[in-house]
Amino acid sequence: MSAVLEVSGLTQIFTSRKGPFGLFGRRELRAVDDVSFAVARARTFCLVGESGCGKTTIGRMVVRLLRPTAGSVHINGEDFGNLSGETLRKKRQQVQMVFQDPLACLNSRMTAAEIVEEPLQNFGIGDAMSRRRKVARLFDQVGLPQHFRARLPHHLSGGQRQRLGIARALAADPALIVADEAVAALDVSIRSQILNLLKDVQREIGISYLFISHDLAVVRYLADDVAVMYLGAVVEQGPAETVFAAPAHPYTRALIDSVPAVHPRNRRRRAPLEGEVPSAASLPSGCRFRTRCPFATDICARHAPAVTEITPGHAVACHHARSLPRFDAPGPGRTATPDAVA
Amino acid sequence: MTITSAAEGLDTPDISVNRFARIASLPVRQPVLALSCALLLAFGALAVVSPWITADPAALDPLSRLQSPSLAQPFGTDQVGRSVFARALTGTRVSLSVGIAVAILTTLIGVSIGVVAGYFRSVDKIVMRAMDAVMAIPAILLAIALVALIGASPVVIVTAISLPEIPRMARVVRASVLTLRERVYVEAAIICGGRTTAILGRHILPGAAGPIMVQSTYVFASAMILESILSFLGAGTPPDVPSWGNMMSEGRQFLQIAPWILGFPALMLAITVLAANLLGDALRDLLDPSFAGGEMR
Repeated sequence: MSAVLEVSGLTQIFTSRKGPFGLFGRRELRAVDDVSFAVARARTFCLVGESGCGKTTIGRMVVRLLRPTAGSVHINGEDFGNLSGETLRKKRQQVQMVFQDPLACLNSRMTAAEIVEEPLQNFGIGDAMSRRRKVARLFDQVGLPQHFRARLPHHLSGGQRQRLGIARALAADPALIVADEAVAALDVSIRSQILNLLKDVQREIGISYLFISHDLAVVRYLADDVAVMYLGAVVEQGPAETVFAAPAHPYTRALIDSVPAVHPRNRRRRAPLEGEVPSAASLPSGCRFRTRCPFATDICARHAPAVTEITPGHAVACHHARSLPRFDAPGPGRTATPDAVA
Repeated sequence: MTITSAAEGLDTPDISVNRFARIASLPVRQPVLALSCALLLAFGALAVVSPWITADPAALDPLSRLQSPSLAQPFGTDQVGRSVFARALTGTRVSLSVGIAVAILTTLIGVSIGVVAGYFRSVDKIVMRAMDAVMAIPAILLAIALVALIGASPVVIVTAISLPEIPRMARVVRASVLTLRERVYVEAAIICGGRTTAILGRHILPGAAGPIMVQSTYVFASAMILESILSFLGAGTPPDVPSWGNMMSEGRQFLQIAPWILGFPALMLAITVLAANLLGDALRDLLDPSFAGGEMR
């Protein structure tokens, strides 16, 4: 299986200087710690986790808004993580991004057609005529009427803006789109339209998505594979069905349990997580989840758990993964995507 | 009502009609902006046409010296009988052209430095410390020193006045660029493969246009004052070319018997600088939404 995106040992450490003039040493913050995963062609890989767990930082490294402190990012088998200058700029054609805030990511002075055409110009794709035809095709593809071409972003609704953002991301025919909370800012009804659009596009052109979200319902609807993150590290990773049906890490279980039930009949007894997420600047010893884990024992404080496969493709970083009590996973109906899904 | 008209406005095919209506209603919506623009344009027109509507500003007429303002001599005459009206209008040319030249020069250099310092973080500290150093030099002292070293020519005067203004412009631009470069749409442009020049020109500079325009109007005003101060001190425009500053300097000796020699150029300087400052304030209110009072869009 050749992966469109292959990330291995990805690490991002933010340093800041302490004291006046940085005289008192550096403070290190491990935002992302040794993360590895791969996204296959025409598949959707979701990164899930609370805010501050490093999922957005991973996204920013994959699109190379950030240079990884360590580790590698490979796109279609070629290095992307360590490029710079003009080679990096050219290679960016392969990886595009859809943003959370559909208005902030569009230059308010440019018309819809100019916005979609910009990547075509930047990557030198086609001549003026063929670019215009391509923009028209992209408008059709994302469901924007052609007479919107001359409109400015603030003339559009939230959903239309996000469609425009998707059209721009698709313009350069990338292999991978990184979608960072791409539907979090949208109304529930619009959200499902955009999710369906993303799915349709994937079916048509076989594009891969790295989808970053905190919303389990969205992830469940979209994901082929899931990685659950906590404090900068992946704690559980595997095919979406397996992870949702048989979550093996206490944190994943707590996440799934925290989704509110749509119907009172489905309401579950749940043990909510206690305490706060520790600071990434001073990680706990051993397992980084042990301070909030209901199953933590001595070994958790002494040794960081290795990532081990419990079933093929399903990997967990927990000492007690095999000895946890049975988890009665909620049915798909309970956390299903917004009912408006047609 | 406003909602429907806004919705209709979206699909209005002929935008030029709207634009004309917007300009036509400007005096009502922005009285300060319209008034200051009108004043500056009037002074500009006077400066251009002055050779045709006035007498020779250098013509001596010792017989009719120190005459008070009359119909024949609207601003009176000076100590050697030259028409103060003709000289003040000619002075308008000097002041306005120095003001415009300094504003353009300062904007070009200051914006370039500010953009480089704001966008390329590695050079920021060095460049901005150099700007601080320039800022620490008193403007008038620097100008007098330059004029004394090289001599008073228009180029030297414009350079001498521009130099201390450049750091201020650079700071304003750097501050705007620092916030603009963090915008999501700038990140989007980077991901879309934008070259650095395109990102600066297409996504960052247009966002800084407001503060730049405001700052250059202030530079324009303060350049006219500085030119007058230099001329007043005898380090500016040469005495054979009438300027508001050297007219005031000459008129100072006759302040008690012929106040019009000093009074009229001073009044014209005051009005021009006031108009320029009002224009700057009006533009700031209009372009910067964080200052309340301007029309929000």
